[in-house]
Amino acid sequence: MGKAVMKSVLPGFGITLGFSVLYLSLLFLLPVAGLFLFTLQMSWADFWVAISHPQVVASYKLSFAASFIGATINAVFGTLVAWVLVRYQFLGKKVVDALVDLPFALPTAVAGIALVTLYSTTGWVGQYLYLWGIKVAYSEIGVVIALTYIGLPFVVRTVQPVLADFSKELEEASASLGASRFTTIRRVILPAVLPALLTGYALAFAKAVGEYGSVIFISGNLPYRTEITPLLIVSKAEQYDYNGAAAIGVVMLAAAFILLLIINSLQWWASKRG
Amino acid sequence: MNTLSPTTDHAITEAPWIKWSLIGLALSFLALFLVLPLAVVLYGAFEAGINVWWQAITDPDALAAIRLTLLVLIIVVPTNAIFGVAIAWAIAKFEFRGKTLLISIIDMPFAISPVVVGLIFVILFGAQGWFGPWLAAHDLKVIFAVPGIIIVIMFGTLPFVARELIPLMQQQGKDEEEASLTLGANGLKTFWYVTLPNIKWGLLYGVILCNARAMGEFGAVAVVSGRIRGETNTMPLHIEVLYNEYMFTAAFAVSSLLTGLALVTIVLKSMVEWKDERKHKTH
Repeated sequence: MGKAVMKSVLPGFGITLGFSVLYLSLLFLLPVAGLFLFTLQMSWADFWVAISHPQVVASYKLSFAASFIGATINAVFGTLVAWVLVRYQFLGKKVVDALVDLPFALPTAVAGIALVTLYSTTGWVGQYLYLWGIKVAYSEIGVVIALTYIGLPFVVRTVQPVLADFSKELEEASASLGASRFTTIRRVILPAVLPALLTGYALAFAKAVGEYGSVIFISGNLPYRTEITPLLIVSKAEQYDYNGAAAIGVVMLAAAFILLLIINSLQWWASKRG
Repeated sequence: MNTLSPTTDHAITEAPWIKWSLIGLALSFLALFLVLPLAVVLYGAFEAGINVWWQAITDPDALAAIRLTLLVLIIVVPTNAIFGVAIAWAIAKFEFRGKTLLISIIDMPFAISPVVVGLIFVILFGAQGWFGPWLAAHDLKVIFAVPGIIIVIMFGTLPFVARELIPLMQQQGKDEEEASLTLGANGLKTFWYVTLPNIKWGLLYGVILCNARAMGEFGAVAVVSGRIRGETNTMPLHIEVLYNEYMFTAAFAVSSLLTGLALVTIVLKSMVEWKDERKHKTH
């Protein structure tokens, strides 16, 4: 008894923890458990049919492949943007830095109609790509564009602070030991930013897999071709096929939790390295 | 620093042509992905003139969507802010079992696809869901109605304030609060005069992010709203409806309002970060 009082003289532990746990349980934990319980009512055969229908499998392939390509583009250009923002001085740098958060702040539906308008065959960008025979809107490329857009801030914002904290003395040491600039970047700087880079990559990928609003306008939603998995959940829910929607929803939840586990491990690795 | 010869100095920076090529490449990428979408929204909104823009945003259905979005923000943002402060207080100021687990649970709503969030609540409260028959018997409507929209947006923006405040309050410790209590202030006074001034920038930061996400939430709302014109369309859903009816100018006009708010969000966020940085430096 005395020990418990000694631990903290501050008030409010019971009420703040109680309220937090109640709020989290009612709004988050119990509803998510509800989805799992709902699918348990289904027979295994029904569940399997729902999640392995060819149309659904085609959507997994598109969602994962496009998210993978988008996150890879962001890994390359996000690291480049972070490097440029940390290491170089140029006019308007603060504005550019702030603008990186735009995909996070701009509602996804707005991004969606902006992207499809830009990349349609008559759009500002799309018309020139169309001259080269490249159709972006209503194709797989459009899905990649949208998923690149929404993942853009993640790699920049994870790599940027690590690069800013990176000690220049290590680079000087490497250079004075005779390493070329390229070798220093590859052998000294890159290993230091790698955990942050991978964390940003995984965050961008996880966000892309579940994304809906910015994709559905530019993708055109052609069955078996440009339907992403979240779209199938929405259309099944709209047709009151709750079993089908819930089964795919459970698959997506499982994928999300696995990705979260990977992200947490990467962050743990990054903090140990830092 | 005289040990640094010109050659090593050269070896820790890039040649000007490389530097400017890298800057050019990075800025081109950002122009393509960030500036052009912004420009196309504003161009589409004002292309037909300011009068057409004004008509589009004062259309009764647009006004209803704006009102609904504001109603959602007024309920969701303070609720999630109170939750954020409460859970950060419990986690930062006290030791208890299961704390690590609690911290990792807070991150989870971020990882869940918005459409799955919507689906979860359709299955709970929809006509054929767990509580559907009970709600129907009591003449209550959650799905295809405003309560459902509020609940899913609350879920989607749950972690923002908490995530900002937990590390901040953990770092600040509890010495100042203990001193205040020793000097005779009560708990609420201590929170108001000691804790709140210390966390105000972090709190504001979390509220800005929560607000931005709440006004733009789309996937989850798309599942539970039912898109009843003038009743259950938030601003993003109204944009979708207009776009699908080929009313592009009107869709961009309503989009321009949300775009303006997104830009305000970014400016505020940068200002808070700048304030915070200065505070850290003067310490």
